[in-house]
Amino acid sequence: MKLFRMLGRSIRDAFKSVIRNFSLSLASISCITITLIIVTVAIIATFNVQNFTKEIEKDMTIVVFLDSDATEEDVENVKESLDKIGNVDDYTYQTKLEIKEQMQAESEVFNTVLSNFDENESPLKDTFQVKVKEIEKIKQTAEKIEKLDKVSIVRYGEGMVDKMITAFDSIKKVTYGIVLALILVTIFLIVNTIKLTISARKKEIGIMRLVGASNFTIKTPFIIEGMILGAFGSIVPIIITTYGYMAFYNHFNGYLFSELIKLIKPEPFIYNVSLIVLGIGILVGMIGSAGAVRRYLKI
Amino acid sequence: MDLIRIKNVEKKYKNGVTAIYDLNLAIEKGSFVFIIGGSGSGKSTLIKMLYREEKPTRGQIIVGGRDVAKLRDRKVYLIRRKMGIVFQDYRLLPKLTVFENVAFALECIGEKKDEVRRKVLKALEDVGLKNKVHNYPDQLSGGEQQRVAIARAIVNDPKLLLCDEPTGNLDPKMSMEVMKVLDDINKQRGTTIIMATHDEKIVNKMKKQVIALKDGHLVNFKQKGTYNNEAI
Ligand SMILES: Nc1ncnc2c1ncn2[C@@H]1O[C@H](COP(=O)(O)OP(=O)(O)OP(=O)(O)O)[C@@H](O)[C@H]1O
Ligand SMILES: [Mg+2]
Repeated sequence: MKLFRMLGRSIRDAFKSVIRNFSLSLASISCITITLIIVTVAIIATFNVQNFTKEIEKDMTIVVFLDSDATEEDVENVKESLDKIGNVDDYTYQTKLEIKEQMQAESEVFNTVLSNFDENESPLKDTFQVKVKEIEKIKQTAEKIEKLDKVSIVRYGEGMVDKMITAFDSIKKVTYGIVLALILVTIFLIVNTIKLTISARKKEIGIMRLVGASNFTIKTPFIIEGMILGAFGSIVPIIITTYGYMAFYNHFNGYLFSELIKLIKPEPFIYNVSLIVLGIGILVGMIGSAGAVRRYLKI
Repeated sequence: MDLIRIKNVEKKYKNGVTAIYDLNLAIEKGSFVFIIGGSGSGKSTLIKMLYREEKPTRGQIIVGGRDVAKLRDRKVYLIRRKMGIVFQDYRLLPKLTVFENVAFALECIGEKKDEVRRKVLKALEDVGLKNKVHNYPDQLSGGEQQRVAIARAIVNDPKLLLCDEPTGNLDPKMSMEVMKVLDDINKQRGTTIIMATHDEKIVNKMKKQVIALKDGHLVNFKQKGTYNNEAI
């Protein structure tokens, strides 16, 4: 009950001083807003990249073609060898005939082309589709398979995904750098905003100390002020997240550039991101004000 | 019973000035004590050590059974709640009314609203300002402002009231108003009062205990003392 009363007072005081130091508060809020917009975009991008690389990885397979003269015994040998490779999760096997039939069924063009070949002189090869457990080791696994007897060609994503992931990684690092710098500037601004509040209330703080207000009572309004600045600063980024992403998603019908890159559905994604952004805003505000309290209030 | 016991206290400031040398004192509960002495004799330093604004460099300062010299910074607020402090410059908040200024002290320590109201009105009555509750400090005379500060200091009914030259800014007439209020508080509430002052006339008229300091040394501690210019 008592804590409740004190908190009520603190919140009231905090709002008052946000309004009293309006220009500096506004500067802090703007800085948080800009920072959080970038953070928001970074978060949305990161989640989406994670999401679709996972999707792609699910579909990543090693395609293994056997020599044309491979016998049934050879096929059995390859199967056995594949079972022994640790990173192999699962595989499917199709004979050249099965593939021919499948392709003929799928397309008219293939049908006519392939009809010209005899049963036994199919240009196609017996094929394994191999799924791996760990996508990062796909290259080594492919190399191992290539060394097996009667295996002629091995194909996999050939580093396409690798390159994409490294590209996103470097983008991510740059973004982290920018965000970190912006957060530091924001904290600096908040420290100064709170410093102003503290100096405007020096007399009041002195009297509070005299009459026996606890340190908690003295510093809470300032900490709350920082948190309010942070919360205000996250309003615009949250609006951008909610409406911006929704519009973005609808505009591209849920896919970016191609069917390959599938965007995350807006709901409940945007709400989670909004919460994260609000949390970061409040946290940054709190860190800034706690720093100011430590430095200028000396408690 | 002694409310305050000071043993072998020395205070040396960081700049090398020693403001108090080996002080030993006991002050009884319910007493009214003047601390007199020339400028720089250590009156304010002694008072500051009592409310633990300054720490002695040596010795014990026991207030109400607790050695405030050993008290951690974080815990200082606990003893402040048991004492009231009044200064020469009143230290009122200009944007708050008389009532709000006094209530502030209780709100800061989380007192309930109706308790705040009851205690504030009682304190303002005790200092004779019940008719000025809605005034702002700049609408009051110096003496009235000081009485508001006294009301704020006693509103939580402390055992000890410390005053550092409370009449320093006041003319003789207003000074006597303030002294009357302090005397009443001492007599009616039983509050122990320690008051540092330069004012010879006040000391001589009130006939209270007198602690005389000279250059940081205790030179005299008398019951019903007077301001002895030769001693200090
Ligand atoms: N914060 C401080 N740092 C260093 N020296 C101080 C400090 N405060 C007081 N002093 C010194 O300690 C001595 C005693 O000062 P104090 O303020 O206690 O005297 P006082 O008796 O209250 O004087 P006055 O009647 O002028 O108020 C003086 O020499 C003063 O210069
Ligand atoms: Mg002094």
